[in-house]
Amino acid sequence: MQSILEISGLTKIYAGGFTALESVDLNITQGEIFALLGPNGAGKTTLIGAVCGLVKPTSGTIKAFGHDLSRDWRPARARIGLVPQELATDMFEAVWRAVSYSRGLFGLAPDAAKIEEILRSLSLWDKRDEQIRNLSGGMKRRVLIAKALAHEPELLFLDEPTAGVDVELRRDMWRLIGKLREGGTTVILTTHYIEEAEEMADRVGIIREGRILMVDEKSAMMARLGRTEALIELAQPLAEIPPVLSAFPLSLTDGGRQLCYRGGDGTGKGKEEVANLTKALVHADIDFTGIDIHESSLEDIFVDLVEERA
Amino acid sequence: MGFNFRGAWSIYTREIMRALRTVFQSILAPVLTTSLYFIVFGAAIGSRMEAVDGVSYGAFIVPGLLLLTLLSESTSNASFGIYMPRFTGTIYELLSAPVGVAETLVGFVGAAATKSLILATIILTTATVFVDYEIAHPVLAIGYIMLVAAAFSLFGFILGIWADSFERLGIIPQLFLVPLTFLGGTFYSIDMLPEPWGTIAMFNPIVYLVNGLRWTFYGSSDVNIWVSFGLTVGFLAICVGVITFIFRTGWRLRS
Ligand SMILES: Nc1ncnc2c1ncn2[C@@H]1O[C@H](COP(=O)(O)OP(=O)(O)O)[C@@H](O)[C@H]1O
Ligand SMILES: [Mg+2]
Repeated sequence: MQSILEISGLTKIYAGGFTALESVDLNITQGEIFALLGPNGAGKTTLIGAVCGLVKPTSGTIKAFGHDLSRDWRPARARIGLVPQELATDMFEAVWRAVSYSRGLFGLAPDAAKIEEILRSLSLWDKRDEQIRNLSGGMKRRVLIAKALAHEPELLFLDEPTAGVDVELRRDMWRLIGKLREGGTTVILTTHYIEEAEEMADRVGIIREGRILMVDEKSAMMARLGRTEALIELAQPLAEIPPVLSAFPLSLTDGGRQLCYRGGDGTGKGKEEVANLTKALVHADIDFTGIDIHESSLEDIFVDLVEERA
Repeated sequence: MGFNFRGAWSIYTREIMRALRTVFQSILAPVLTTSLYFIVFGAAIGSRMEAVDGVSYGAFIVPGLLLLTLLSESTSNASFGIYMPRFTGTIYELLSAPVGVAETLVGFVGAAATKSLILATIILTTATVFVDYEIAHPVLAIGYIMLVAAAFSLFGFILGIWADSFERLGIIPQLFLVPLTFLGGTFYSIDMLPEPWGTIAMFNPIVYLVNGLRWTFYGSSDVNIWVSFGLTVGFLAICVGVITFIFRTGWRLRS
């Protein structure tokens, strides 16, 4: 697959001396949905800003569609769209005008049918003549998305698209991103809702304190760092783990009343092992009253990773 | 991809529409103010004043008053035009779009200058109601008005990027432009000033602008018309230079 965004050695030190990005390398392939995952202040918005021309990189290079952005930014920017994190709109402008303006600003001829299609897909059609200040927060965010889509970008940045939005909009977002993916648009989104990354992304990058800790296919990341956790409630407390169970990664919790299994790799190997474990328990005549088994989510992985490196 | 015509045009039309939305502030208010000057100084007081350089007093003050409005409106329109997106955060879109210094200037400064020209037309038409005047060099007058409108729109644009509060946005026009224009020979000929004020007045750049415009109206002025013209073009060139530098470095635009 073709690389449409190549970031190498990107460092950003803000005027006050704060290092927001430290030698970031990142490659984005055409057509993928990439989730940039990181806690507040990790540098996600700075990274997007550097690509979109809002932030001056201190050093490093950014290439989009093969153009070096420090020199050849014009043709590259025409193909990139940005939905910012903050709600920033011209309050007195009508929705239709605002979206048409964005299209023109990016150098495209007016296309009423295209604008209508975008507005309809975001449930904004009925509000097209409304001044933006009369819209709710969620609707304003939809307008920002519509503006970013108005020039039919091939690469779309969504900075925390679902932070503080209602369930309905979040669902619409998923639908929209799904549709964009089908249309071949590359999407880079930032989020700290891990379920979001888990649900939508093809690849996930984890960023913390200006450094990319890890970038991988979502499934590979799950396989590498995923864990199966099983909590087995014992009928009688145990003082220590019996030797017959020493092959399993176990620990005793809750004063010996609970046997805790942590293992596997996110591919299903863990479940198999838990099944074997229960058989071994029956065989060793250790009675149990309940089993709670679950796969650790990307969230757990994320928390682990961030804590591990802290 | 060279100059983004559609981008520049989009900014331009949007700015013009913004003015239409606030037609009272952008057109009616300045016209009303200027009309009051014409009534008081042109019609009421002017009829009792001697002619200056063979021009009736009412007519004499027309170019200066026009310039007063042109300077403050061009400056405030352009400064507001770029300050608002910075203030509300909508500038992100401009910065992320394929528009550079050329498109931005054509869009914002072009729109501000256009508004000033419309205003100038209305003011000159209004003036005919209160005073009798004729324009000796109409083509040069139009050219000079356009030049001044463009130069001060550029200046306003710089102001709008420099300002980090509404107070600062208003302070330059209030504190410098208005006084300098009043003292710049709008209501009198520099000859009429006693020394040393006559010499001091020559250090006020607005004197050259007022007299440049007055020359295109009545064919006479206190200063050499070429000096006026040269200063205006020079000022415009400096502003373009500063704006190009601002865009190149991203000063106050990109963090
Ligand atoms: N303009 C700025 N000047 C100085 N520091 C900044 C600026 N913008 C962001 N920062 C700092 O850079 C860090 C990263 O910010 P940001 O990229 O917004 O993080 P995120 O989007 O991941 O929450 C934060 O600590 C923030 O305070
Ligand atoms: Mg952010």
